[in-house]
Amino acid sequence: MLPQVEHELHKRRRSRNIGLLVVLLAFVALVFGLSVVKITQGDMMQGYDHRPRASMLPQDPDPPAANAAPVAAPGTPAANQEAGE
Amino acid sequence: MADINAYEGPAEAGFGDYVALLKPRVMSLVVFTAFVGLWIAPQPVNPFVAFCAVLFIALGGGASGALNMWYDADIDAVMRRTAGRPVPSGRVTSGEALAVGIALSGLSVMMLGLAANWFAAGFLAFTIFFYAVVYTIWLKRSTPQNIVIGGAAGAFPPMIGWACATGGIGIESLLMFALIFFWTPPHFWALALFMKDDYSKAGVPMLTVTHGRRVTRCHIFAYTLVLAPFAIWLGFTSVGGPLYLAVSAVLNVLFIAGGWQILRRDEDQAQADGYRVEKRYFRLSLYYTFLHFLALLVQHWIGGW
Repeated sequence: MLPQVEHELHKRRRSRNIGLLVVLLAFVALVFGLSVVKITQGDMMQGYDHRPRASMLPQDPDPPAANAAPVAAPGTPAANQEAGE
Repeated sequence: MADINAYEGPAEAGFGDYVALLKPRVMSLVVFTAFVGLWIAPQPVNPFVAFCAVLFIALGGGASGALNMWYDADIDAVMRRTAGRPVPSGRVTSGEALAVGIALSGLSVMMLGLAANWFAAGFLAFTIFFYAVVYTIWLKRSTPQNIVIGGAAGAFPPMIGWACATGGIGIESLLMFALIFFWTPPHFWALALFMKDDYSKAGVPMLTVTHGRRVTRCHIFAYTLVLAPFAIWLGFTSVGGPLYLAVSAVLNVLFIAGGWQILRRDEDQAQADGYRVEKRYFRLSLYYTFLHFLALLVQHWIGGW
């Protein structure tokens, strides 16, 4: 069996690999930290989700007046009572 | 035991060789000026976002350094000062330098856009393009004013930092640009006077070689005079204040006096005392930018006008 001799070349290669590992881990930490900051800062975070959502609509400056009393849906027993049937 | 090497293979690059591609010493100036530009801007920035923004600006600067080393490998191999760089010494191939430069350019611009805003990211992309293409590829080898053009690339970082915070450009950021832009030529020409590098052998037109040392001395003094009003003007904007003005006044008086001394000397005098005045002026020029930006930082901290 040949003796396992570590060449200087392997040392350099290892320094490169460890360096790259550290850089990649640091990058992951950086992106994670940025995400945490951006989310906790409360920037506008909702994106369009391929279907309309009321929460995405701009606020109506002049909303319609709320009904004074609830109105029963047509055809239900309550609606029939209101109609005096 | 005999150590047998049949042939010398290509030298294997260590991690440090790739770091050297990014020109870490140039990066330190970029980091400092970009940070000051970002920090003294009127809009406050979250410290972590500021840290990331400065990091990505520095990475963009490093990327343009790698592109510079890719293109200039032939020049670097000829000059003593640069022959030990990773590409001319054969530890990193020029193709690798190009790949590192392009990859880091894209990454730094994208990440700056996500961390800060897309105006700043576009500005960074423009700066990389300006340094790598306009300066390195186009003008460095064709005009003795190359130092002036290269100085513009070095002057953009504080403007990018300012853009990260404000999303735009202001008179303050333009004046910070002017401060570095007009400082760079006298700084490098003073170095060229006493370093006597082999630029002519490498085919790079330096002012000292193309127009002679007399003209270079005149240029140094002229740029020193042009620089002073911009430095003082910055003191009267929203980022200035009494402390900055005092520091700037002292530094500019010293700088103009040094430029005047350089102008009045000729080569015989300079050689007689080993370029003492030129070397002192060069050292002063290092303090000049550092103290100006430090004064801006302290002035912001204690409050301006």
